[in-house]
Amino acid sequence: MNGPVVLDRRRVLAGSGALIVSFTLSDAFGQDQNAPSATPAPKPPGSLATTPFLDSWIRVDADGGVTAFTGKAELGQGFKTAFQQIAAEELDISFQSLKVVTADTARTANEGFTAGSNSVHLSGTAIQNAAAQVRALLVAEAARRLDLPAENLRTENGAVIAPDGRRFGYGDLVASDMLHMQAQPTSKLKDPATFKVMGQPVARVDIPAKVTGGAAYVQDMRLPGMVHARVVRPPSYGAQLTECDVSAVEKLPGVVKVVRDGNFLAVVAKKEFQTIKAMAALSAAAKWKEMPRLPNQHDLGRVLTSLPSQDKTILQQSDPSVTGQRTLDASYTRPYQAHGSIGPSCAVAQSVDGVMTVWTHTQGVYPDRQAIAEMLGMPTASVRCIHVEGSGCYGHNGADDAAADAALIARELPGVPIRVQWMREQEHAWEPFGPAMVTRLKASLDGNGAIADWNFEVWSNTHSMRPGGAGAMLAAQHMSKAFAAPAPKPLPLPEGGGDRNAIPIYKFPNAHVVHHFIPAMPVRISALRSLGAYHNVFSTESFMDELAKLAGADPVEFRLRHLDDPRGREVIQKAAQGFGWQKGQKAPRNRGYGFGFARYKNLAAYCAVASEVEVNGETGQPRLVRAVAAVDSGQVVNPDGLINQIEGAILQSMSWTLYEAVTFDDTRITSIDWQTYPILRFNSVPDIIDVHILNRPGQPFLGSGETGQGPAAASIANAIANATGKRLRDLPLTRKKIKDAIDA
Amino acid sequence: MMTLKVNGRDHQIDADPDTPLLYVLRDDLELNAAKFGCGLGQCGACAVIVDGKAVLSCVTPLLLFQDKEVTTLEGLGSIETPAPIQRAFMEEQAAQCGYCIAGMMMQAQALLQRNPKPTDEEIRAAMEPNLCRCGTHMRILRAVHRAAHLMQTADASTVQRSGR
Repeated sequence: MNGPVVLDRRRVLAGSGALIVSFTLSDAFGQDQNAPSATPAPKPPGSLATTPFLDSWIRVDADGGVTAFTGKAELGQGFKTAFQQIAAEELDISFQSLKVVTADTARTANEGFTAGSNSVHLSGTAIQNAAAQVRALLVAEAARRLDLPAENLRTENGAVIAPDGRRFGYGDLVASDMLHMQAQPTSKLKDPATFKVMGQPVARVDIPAKVTGGAAYVQDMRLPGMVHARVVRPPSYGAQLTECDVSAVEKLPGVVKVVRDGNFLAVVAKKEFQTIKAMAALSAAAKWKEMPRLPNQHDLGRVLTSLPSQDKTILQQSDPSVTGQRTLDASYTRPYQAHGSIGPSCAVAQSVDGVMTVWTHTQGVYPDRQAIAEMLGMPTASVRCIHVEGSGCYGHNGADDAAADAALIARELPGVPIRVQWMREQEHAWEPFGPAMVTRLKASLDGNGAIADWNFEVWSNTHSMRPGGAGAMLAAQHMSKAFAAPAPKPLPLPEGGGDRNAIPIYKFPNAHVVHHFIPAMPVRISALRSLGAYHNVFSTESFMDELAKLAGADPVEFRLRHLDDPRGREVIQKAAQGFGWQKGQKAPRNRGYGFGFARYKNLAAYCAVASEVEVNGETGQPRLVRAVAAVDSGQVVNPDGLINQIEGAILQSMSWTLYEAVTFDDTRITSIDWQTYPILRFNSVPDIIDVHILNRPGQPFLGSGETGQGPAAASIANAIANATGKRLRDLPLTRKKIKDAIDA
Repeated sequence: MMTLKVNGRDHQIDADPDTPLLYVLRDDLELNAAKFGCGLGQCGACAVIVDGKAVLSCVTPLLLFQDKEVTTLEGLGSIETPAPIQRAFMEEQAAQCGYCIAGMMMQAQALLQRNPKPTDEEIRAAMEPNLCRCGTHMRILRAVHRAAHLMQTADASTVQRSGR
């Protein structure tokens, strides 16, 4: 009787008002979709392969209302709009009449994490095919009722129409569990030439609320009776709470409760600023034992390469008939870098009758649910995680940790909704950073100036310590019944983690690529947008320029000489042409031109960036003056959304590349705000960024949210080398390093 | 108790006088636009307009707002009747995650109120206190230029109407 309440989809949907609950209602929904089936082979495309029921993706209500469901989370990339375009297009309904529901463990498919530029490619493909198949089912039903061949019928604006004008609205046609069908492996998709909504620069559905003060973020949630909580984090990794007299804090105005569980310390109060004051008092009362255990931040290259590593050759090809004559080698390093979300992480949690509901801006509601359930010792089915937008995360920031904080505190105050937001210094010090990396490259040119052999070694931690198990969450690590952080694992190729884009896209007769995976993690790390691709593309494309110089070749021409991939060649040519790139051109004084190219993960979107950088000869201060990008992400759903992503990639990468490094002493992270961790400001914004799209109608969607970061970094580095004659290989390429190189 | 005038209306506020305005706006008045970003006056996400100037509400205590007129993004317009600055940001699709955008818009609004025809350099200088992490800067700059244009057009039409 008092056992945990198990949330299931039937219960959640019972109050939804839909006459037809056209959903997958069995326990098989979500975590597994192993319902017995006729096992169509090959598998249907995109995420339909793992969540095959059509009604997991598309729901048609009796009143004709249509909803598309995605297990992915809107993170500010705008794909909620893109999915609405895709579903409207394939269903033949108006864009406005469709709703999109995003990641919610009680309502949507389990699509894992929203990461790796996979959302449109996996979820968009699933929605597109499910929508096409739903449309076909509705047409078949109308054909049956009309006793006409299906091919005589057409669809328009949410209805099936017969040649004589008789029409059935979709809501009239759908019945019982008609859409509870396994997807077929192939769908009859629309001819891209007939697209009305897809391919159009449709305005984003989320922007109006965001520019008028609407409730748009988890930070804006105000549930009835909600109270505020703040966490007091340890001052450093591994610090132990030795003493904490909470009696004075408990008497402060508004304070509801102080929560202490091992090294986890938090305070709850009625109003937000009361909570912050109480947090300060609690922080002052807490005494910690700290351990100096951080490495030397000024010697990261040596630190990383001297840690034990698991070494794997990931590419080995040889052609003994080709040998090099002139050899070059170089090493490139990248520091730890922060996601640096503008809004510190936030979550709301409420425990009601044994069910814990967590509103979170996580990238993975299902893995979060599993981790929170494990942390709290609850059945997974008694935890529900609902995605609500937060500030942009750019990978695994503090979102999951804040969700765990909120849940752990909410357990102590049953029935009361708890809103937790991190403070700025907590986000900066405790988020899992993008890992530091080292690459070593060595190559030689043959007599014709072509690359004869290529050696690439990369040293890196994993690039994902995301939840799944409780041990990934800070709250679970800090509570008295502490969960250990899980053992890190390298992310498998072809996508890879530290070795993402370590395998060159160029064709070399002899090539050898080694991934040195480092299990030890002296600094807390996880996924930062584009993972290892940022540094590996920066290294590869910087080195290509160094080799082009050695060969006396133009950098663009040198790349084309080594690239077979026709789509890649076209992207390079488009960016060069848009930039006005000319062989042998010389930039004006104190300026330089640079080029960078990659196909993200060697399987997603192609992107090339040409840039012009100005370097102040006196101070060394660099400024990106203009950048021209070309991108091929397959069939384009929303061209303006794609351009927005690429512009963002270039500016974000420019900020990483010119300014950013996490700093620390032997004990504490010392980059704890925007003064100590400076990023791009408006005085350094370029004059122009141009993005050229190479649309590929009918081709698969290729992820594009992370394709620009690597090429932009290399392009800027190459332009700085072109401007100064000095090659910088140690990120970030700061004013001081440039000045020192000029003066050397 | 203190009286605080926000978006043209008086509110009786029961909060300690050292409470930064941001928490009064969000917690007591349930306004969403001004955002907590740093609490240190370093990022601009909390910007509002006070007596025509952009103010960082996360570091400015309530007691300084006696007899002042506070305007938040909500006070400029709504989804149904957006102000020129809001229309401009929608038309330029000048947001990715959008968390910084309300602060950006208030900073820009304050600039355009004192300088209706700013140069690109003046816009960049005025926006300097505000951070964006998604890299939406090019669109934000375009949106501010567009807002300047829209405001002038709106002013012109107002003048025209009143001139009749």
